[in-house]
Amino acid sequence: MVAINPEDQSAAGRVPKRSRLHFLWYLTRRSPLTLVGLLIITLLVIMIVGAPFIAPYDPNKVMLSARLMPPSAAHWFGTDEVGRDLFSRVIYGSRASCGAAFMIVLISMSIGVFLGCLSGIVGGVFDSAMMRIMDVVLALPALVLAMALAAALGPSLFNSMLAVAIVRIPAYVRLARGQTLSLRERVFVKASRTFGASNLYILRWHMLPNALSPLIVQATLDLGGIVLIAAALSFIGLGAQPPTAEWGALVSSGRSFILDQWWYGTFPGLAILVTAMGCNLLGDGIRDMLDPRLGTR
Amino acid sequence: MTITRIIVPRLILLFFVVFGVAIITFAISHLIPGDPARLIAGDRASAETLENVRRDLGLDRPVTDQFVIYVRNLLHGDLGTSLRTRRPVAADIATFLPATLELGLLSLVLAVLIGVPLGVFSAIYKDGPIDQIARTVSVCGISMPVFWFGMVVILLFYAKLQILPGSGRLAMAFAAPQRVTGFFLIDTLLEGRFDAFLSAVRHLILPTFVLAFANLGVITRQIRASMLDVLQEDYIRTARASGLRRRVVIFNHALRNALIPSITLLGLALGDLLYGAVLTETIFAWPGMGTYVVTSIQTLDFPAIMGFTVVASIGYVLINLVIDLAYMLADPQIREVG
Repeated sequence: MVAINPEDQSAAGRVPKRSRLHFLWYLTRRSPLTLVGLLIITLLVIMIVGAPFIAPYDPNKVMLSARLMPPSAAHWFGTDEVGRDLFSRVIYGSRASCGAAFMIVLISMSIGVFLGCLSGIVGGVFDSAMMRIMDVVLALPALVLAMALAAALGPSLFNSMLAVAIVRIPAYVRLARGQTLSLRERVFVKASRTFGASNLYILRWHMLPNALSPLIVQATLDLGGIVLIAAALSFIGLGAQPPTAEWGALVSSGRSFILDQWWYGTFPGLAILVTAMGCNLLGDGIRDMLDPRLGTR
Repeated sequence: MTITRIIVPRLILLFFVVFGVAIITFAISHLIPGDPARLIAGDRASAETLENVRRDLGLDRPVTDQFVIYVRNLLHGDLGTSLRTRRPVAADIATFLPATLELGLLSLVLAVLIGVPLGVFSAIYKDGPIDQIARTVSVCGISMPVFWFGMVVILLFYAKLQILPGSGRLAMAFAAPQRVTGFFLIDTLLEGRFDAFLSAVRHLILPTFVLAFANLGVITRQIRASMLDVLQEDYIRTARASGLRRRVVIFNHALRNALIPSITLLGLALGDLLYGAVLTETIFAWPGMGTYVVTSIQTLDFPAIMGFTVVASIGYVLINLVIDLAYMLADPQIREVG
């Protein structure tokens, strides 16, 4: 989705050197939307880490006397059909939903970057074969494939994560390969090779550290879309299964009650929307900052 | 570079892609835990019946043979038999496809009609109020969980305000029109039933809007980005400097050049549209391919799931190929040299 120019790397090195305060000031002045994104993600991380402290109830505690209660002071988001507190379930749901999205990006990025760098360093037939395979996978509608794959593996959160991770690999392979190809010609890599460094050594100590920043931008941008996909797979019954507090699954069970108990499906969905928005705003902001050409617009 | 030199590699890629789809769906259907023969014959089937079913399906042959048979069947348009509807998957898809196309095409048109002007004005008045609105709308569109948005819209317009229907393609009172195109908007008019036509329109409004909204975000963002790129070009400054009016420069010089790279985007948006359609149809009980595939997933109807995957993938690849060719024809840099 985002093509990052190797020339823009110079800017990537500059940003972290600025003081944190300067960075925040830069954000508020240049792009308040990025700041909003940063704020959302910060709150989200607090929510994920501090779920047991924030959630007022045990997310799985059944209270049949308090079934389908509308939002109130005691239950901010109301309760579900067996009286579980929805606010607590949404809080705990952030662990399943965001955890899944994070794992998906991590898996597809690790595998993709490894294959891409390897392809770039080894070159030759291996490289051509790898790129043709990736072309084929990229030419297909990724989400439809993920759905088919998840269905075949059997409905579970782990399997749906695996399915989405697999279809996301080619994007990272391409990006990492491009980075590797441009780095391969740099003097320090050539010098290393003269000293007899192996491919793996070069991959680990020269390629990976230098290719990392555009990859991280790509990953942040991906995260928003992947939160949506993971939730959607749960919604159609392929991901997390009902008793699990997961946002997509919560919206799915809330759907049967939408006409009379609007709060049931509404709040978990809102959490998905806000999270995806936070990732997209932050990802866009980081990309613009690293790309001086875009930043001056 | 001549046009043939661009088209030939694409056609070779197309061949591999179709072959790849066949391998992937074949592999997936053989990866299913459990015995397909038992799924078809049922739990109480005798060993003999199972053996017969297995032989009918060719499951007793080597895997390579099975793959050859699978590909041959695909080439003949045979996608297997649905376990749930007990009908050929190809026939099922033919039944449900028009409903999806009607919804998908209308959404795409709506998204383009709103998204393109929004992106253009957003770029022209960069950082102004229009730009802020456009960027907010596009971030919302990109971040929106379609399935949830559909639910909220139903809650609002169907349950609370009661001004629009929330499910199906026609009100109960109307019989489905005789199938000519499969598009209810056209078929009802062909029969001269204007009241049924209006009902079809009313049923289309909410799902079309929901599906269009997600794509609107992507389209607005792309048009804005490529418009901003073009507006920085030297020839735009030259055109302005030579005294042409701003409006002329923007619409005759900038927009035309900004639209060309956006053509390919339409192809990619199609993937989102396909996926969004699956979710939108589920929410609105829209009798299309999306509802069909989700029901198939829920009932573990693998021939139907794989049939849908094959048809959707090949359709997606073909449309993207056509779009890329259109792009090449529209781009004078390629056309003139070819």
